[in-house]
Amino acid sequence: MTLLDVRDLCVRAPDGRSLVSGLSFSMERGDRLGLIGESGAGKTLAALAVIGLLPRGMSASGSVLLDGEQVLGAPGRRLDRLRGRAAAVVFQEPLTALDPLKRVGALVAEPLRRRRRLRGRALRGAVLDALSEVRLPGPERLARAFPYELSGGQRQRVAIAMALACEPALLIADEPTAALDTTVQAEMLALLDGLVRSSGMGLLLIGHDLGVVAGVADGLLVLHEGRAVERGTAAEIVHAPAHPRTREVVAAARRLHGALDGLAR
Amino acid sequence: MLEARGVHFAYRGGPEVLTDVSFPVVAGRGLGLVGESGAGKSTLVRLLLGLARPTAGQVLLDGEGLRGRERALRRAVQPVFQDPYSSLDPRQRVDRIVAEPLRSLGLLTSRDRRAESARRVAEALRWVGLPEEAASRYPHEFSGGQRQRIAIARAVVCGPRVLLADEPVSALDVVTKVSLIDLLAELRHSRGLTVVMVSHDLTVVASLCEETVVLEKGRVVERGATAAVLGAPGHPHTRRLVAGVPRLPGPPAQRTAEPPDSG
Repeated sequence: MTLLDVRDLCVRAPDGRSLVSGLSFSMERGDRLGLIGESGAGKTLAALAVIGLLPRGMSASGSVLLDGEQVLGAPGRRLDRLRGRAAAVVFQEPLTALDPLKRVGALVAEPLRRRRRLRGRALRGAVLDALSEVRLPGPERLARAFPYELSGGQRQRVAIAMALACEPALLIADEPTAALDTTVQAEMLALLDGLVRSSGMGLLLIGHDLGVVAGVADGLLVLHEGRAVERGTAAEIVHAPAHPRTREVVAAARRLHGALDGLAR
Repeated sequence: MLEARGVHFAYRGGPEVLTDVSFPVVAGRGLGLVGESGAGKSTLVRLLLGLARPTAGQVLLDGEGLRGRERALRRAVQPVFQDPYSSLDPRQRVDRIVAEPLRSLGLLTSRDRRAESARRVAEALRWVGLPEEAASRYPHEFSGGQRQRIAIARAVVCGPRVLLADEPVSALDVVTKVSLIDLLAELRHSRGLTVVMVSHDLTVVASLCEETVVLEKGRVVERGATAAVLGAPGHPHTRRLVAGVPRLPGPPAQRTAEPPDSG
């Protein structure tokens, strides 16, 4: 069964403005798709619509089949079951996504208890395993820490651990490294890449940085002003962009990278 | 021209955030200050702008300390900050925002100050590629890239020698980023400006700065010509920074259509 099938998705603002229009794409299990575009292009809204988390007042039309189930218009209880099992999300700023009053261990335990029905010692063991899996050093000590005590990179690892604990078929990562230093970003991308590859889950990676997204995703979908203007493999789009907007973006990115790479010669 | 000499800094009661930082800003040679978050970049900017005093060492302007020379410093060094949404007062029209340095530095000397101000604002807006009508509008009417142009117009209106920019293009998408880099490069030549730029983005520094200073945990770990520092980094920390820059994927098998070169 197709993991995610989006057909003619439209998202409208409360005042009726069209924010995403006529968006269609599909993903099979294990696919790694990058959704790229500048801010305001509709990337995040498209991702939120996929898991039924659009902000209040926004309306969506079209069809979103996630693991065979229709997301648009589905009642909250059905969506709750679908989220986690079918798809989990990692957002840009982990500090806002992590409950500040809960220790890291409790945060990671929640999805494990709900999804894998673990309790007691088995649950504690699974929490430590989950923290080690995202390469967090000293998981015992870390499980007792509060989110504010961690660095940005550590917090994002915790958020990834929570998402993976659900064993989702699809991981949606919305600018997961935009708030991190470049060296931490590089480690985080390598970690995501490895985890997604080894578990065979699908990855929908959202970002504005062509180098970041193209480095992890196999396929790219370029959004501009709410519409998909181009799709193809990452290499095709970087080396032969067809749409005028994509050409501008690629030319700009190549110039910046060229300036740095040119120094090494 | 501007120089940090043996600068140390600690916030009250806190640990040292800058330790023995020294580097000169040479007229006409763009300088990039790079490092990760927490390296002390933004604190250094505050010191270079005279908004805070080193706990030891000195910031020098034309070879002299800054004490009592605030006005000379402000005339010579003007800042541009990262976030064009919060650095422009939303309640003021663009002409008033851009004219602010002229007023606060008392640079309007003719009898008809209003006309002189309007003339110099119009000139500054033209330098940054904004239409004259922009003067009578408010910041929220502009895109992020245009707001950053307004901030640059405000900085250059009084004819400073140094533009001190803290992550000036980080909040912008890549196309806007490149157009602002072009603008800064052009202003360097046309206005004789020296750009000192804090950035965590090495591609931006490589595009605009001849000199680079690498900070790690408040210390200078490497400095010199950008071509040497970023092209052939000697210090392990610089090597990590350069290696961390995400690269564009290589060409697909046997199909290498080059995109148009934008120069």
